[in-house]
Amino acid sequence: MKKRSAVLLVITLLVLLYGVIYPNLFVVGTSLQRDGGWTFANYREVLSQSIVLEAILNSIGLSVFTVLLCAIIGVPLAFLFERFDFPGRRVFAALAALPLVLPPLVGTVAFIFLYGETGILAHGIQNLFALETPPWSLQGWAALLFFHTYTMYPFFYVLTGAGLRRVDASLAEAARSLGASRSVVLRRVLLPQLTPSLIAAALLTFMTSMASFSAPLLFGGNVRVLTLEIFTARQRGDLVMAVTETVVLAIISLAALIFFQRYEGTRKFAAATMKGAPRRRAAIASGKTRVLATIIAIVFAILLVLPVATLVLVSFAREGSWTTQTLPSDYTFANYVRVFSEPLAAEVFVNSLSMSAIAAVAALLWSFCVVTLLVKPGRGRGRLFAKSWRRLLSLLVLIPWALPGTVVAVSVAEAYGRPGSLLGSFVLVGTFWILPAVYFLRFMPLVVRALQASMEQLDPALDEAAGSLGARAWQRFTRVTLPLVWPGAVAGTLLAFVIALGEYVASVLVFVPANRPISIAIASELRDFNLGAAAAYGVVLIVIISISMVVAGKLEKIRG
Amino acid sequence: MPLLSLKNVSRSFGSTRAVADVSLDVEQGEFFGLLGPSGCGKTTTLRMIAGLEKPDSGTIQFQNADITNLPAERRGFGMVFQNYALFPHLNVFENVAFGLRARHASKAEMTKRVASALELVQLPGYGKRAVDELSGGQQQRVAIARAIAIQPALLLFDEPLSNLDVSLREETRSELRELVTRLGLTAVYVTHDQEEAYALCDRISVMVGGRLMQTGEPRELYEHPSDIAVARFLGRNNLIEAMRLSSSNTNEGEFKTLEGSHTLRLPIKHSELSPLNQPVFLAIRPEHVQIHTNGDSGTNSLRGNIREIVFAGATSTVRVDADGLLLEALVLQPDGLAVNQECTVVLPHDRLTLLQNQSG
Repeated sequence: MKKRSAVLLVITLLVLLYGVIYPNLFVVGTSLQRDGGWTFANYREVLSQSIVLEAILNSIGLSVFTVLLCAIIGVPLAFLFERFDFPGRRVFAALAALPLVLPPLVGTVAFIFLYGETGILAHGIQNLFALETPPWSLQGWAALLFFHTYTMYPFFYVLTGAGLRRVDASLAEAARSLGASRSVVLRRVLLPQLTPSLIAAALLTFMTSMASFSAPLLFGGNVRVLTLEIFTARQRGDLVMAVTETVVLAIISLAALIFFQRYEGTRKFAAATMKGAPRRRAAIASGKTRVLATIIAIVFAILLVLPVATLVLVSFAREGSWTTQTLPSDYTFANYVRVFSEPLAAEVFVNSLSMSAIAAVAALLWSFCVVTLLVKPGRGRGRLFAKSWRRLLSLLVLIPWALPGTVVAVSVAEAYGRPGSLLGSFVLVGTFWILPAVYFLRFMPLVVRALQASMEQLDPALDEAAGSLGARAWQRFTRVTLPLVWPGAVAGTLLAFVIALGEYVASVLVFVPANRPISIAIASELRDFNLGAAAAYGVVLIVIISISMVVAGKLEKIRG
Repeated sequence: MPLLSLKNVSRSFGSTRAVADVSLDVEQGEFFGLLGPSGCGKTTTLRMIAGLEKPDSGTIQFQNADITNLPAERRGFGMVFQNYALFPHLNVFENVAFGLRARHASKAEMTKRVASALELVQLPGYGKRAVDELSGGQQQRVAIARAIAIQPALLLFDEPLSNLDVSLREETRSELRELVTRLGLTAVYVTHDQEEAYALCDRISVMVGGRLMQTGEPRELYEHPSDIAVARFLGRNNLIEAMRLSSSNTNEGEFKTLEGSHTLRLPIKHSELSPLNQPVFLAIRPEHVQIHTNGDSGTNSLRGNIREIVFAGATSTVRVDADGLLLEALVLQPDGLAVNQECTVVLPHDRLTLLQNQSG
């Protein structure tokens, strides 16, 4: 192996050792220890509590139902909007992925303002019918499933849509010419080809739902889930309980990952590489169907935008002007003035922006090390590793993304909460660096994935051509590889950056009071009933995220 | 002394032997072809010459120096890739200047050499264009300009014309040959297209299944393939399975065909005598097979019956059944010939070739 590769390997392994391997092993080790001896006692004790078992069942049940609901909503919408053309289609299609970029905490807050028992809808109905009490309360299973479906259906919508675009139209035509009816074509030709997309969507939805924290915290009611249990156990200082539950949550998440991926492996099709034209969207000509489709498009578009619109509205509401009225009665810029000019309030922007930027840039730099090792080099360059090592490496990189944020935060906090063997006397917990470190770990897989995709698209002949023209390795990297992959890599970095900006799940476990991120500020404003300020924070966050996503989209186009 | 010399070069990928024990010499100023069906190892051989692939065993010498382990960037060979591999983020000028920049050429030098390279490929003034604005043929020329701008010690081509359409291919082909000759360059050219190889190359090596089967001038390969695999690849040969008769001890070899039991004679060297009573293959090109209707009966003339006449423009193919031996003849004008007509087929004895390797 060349010296250069050895340096990259050392950097990669050090980060994985400190960030992934050690903290996770530490947590597992802690959960298996009591009074200095190895034992399963913690598990026996924790798993014998009915409240813990209930949390486990709730988490899994919530995730399963979330997957089903998201599929029921997302898949038909994908078929409707991908295969047919009608007025209103574009409006919805442009908004469809909106919930994906909405930070969960901000979404939760918006839902409370809109659908909560003192929210706009409930107030409106109460005032309209002069009811004594609010018509409903946004609590428990129904509330959680409603919110989860809103935020996670795009996984199914986007992936099914992409899958449909890849399906070769001539296959369906061939089936029709062989005498298959429309429903047979759907069942026996289309759906089997969509299976990989559907499984990927189910996996993402399941994992996101298992990791969900904001919604169970704010309107889960008596539905206790694992992430919440871990949080409260840590809050009351029951570290053994927290650590043991963390391991249980990690095991469920990884088991789901393995289960889905194994199934996915059995259903892979080479369809994407075959020749053939994608199917054109068919215009819906029939009057009634056309009207119906248009109505569906408009209704769903409104449903998508309403929470964000509500947030914007409330952000302009004067404090105290929104008590029993349907809509706030008095509007002002005071909330924005407050979050931007009060030193304590404005500070959180600087905090979040700097911590997320540090994490994202570190992830970008590090991903170059990892991807150089991961991507199969040009045919001629000797391979650095055997395939199995590369697979292990990419698995290790993916773990922090697959694990719920709660697990990552708890494991880092536990492993580096006191002087230890890896950091000497340095204690990470309680310093500025804990959150950038956690953000880095959580979101670097996104950057690695983006860069890896860009690198793999690169024609190996370009590097070879540069070599045959006399360019040395460094020249080839700076003059050929880098100019071609940076748009994709920066787009991935921006994505990691904006997700880190709105991060709440892990932040709430390890943040330092002197260095609060935006999400913590939103939660505390909400607790103090400063609804306008909470909303204003949310709106500013959404604006920053939107700008970043537009830039990322433009970069993606450069790459294409 | 050859300019480039491969000695017993082998390369495997996993369990497949892509290149097996290949030895060849390329002379200074020669246009050398590597010809073979896809997957025969010709591209891998070229990539080993370029330094993009390392041989598992064997050596590569250039100007008498061992370059087997020299990385591509230090060989100074220009290479034209099948898909051109133009840098999409650089314009035409920067693409052509790439190798000069890597060599830290001065600005004046670079401008001059890029301009002259573009001139040579007939794209003067195209420097500012983006490469994706160019047509396939123009991209091709840029790729060639880029390779010759570094004044390569050896020019390597990996099927450079295969992405062009037919008429453009022939035009580019002759320009390419002319350019290489004018610059006095030595070239190694990989192709699966025999016509292209015949038209371009001074000498050609035919590779089949990772092995180098025969090296020679185009005409030699065409008329006298030494081996059944070569004869099959070079196409449209009549392959006749026959046994050498024990009675022949003169300079003429005497063979009996397995189908039709005809006796065929051909001149044969004693060193090439095949074992008795073992089937061997004889080959003859269809255009050398003569068909008469007037009952000629000289050496190697067989009685036959015309089975099929296929008109294909300039020539026609006539298929004849000579007592079970099926033969194909290429005739310019099938006048006076008709299906089911009796005829005489003549296989001129100096056109018949005995194939050496019978393994195919």
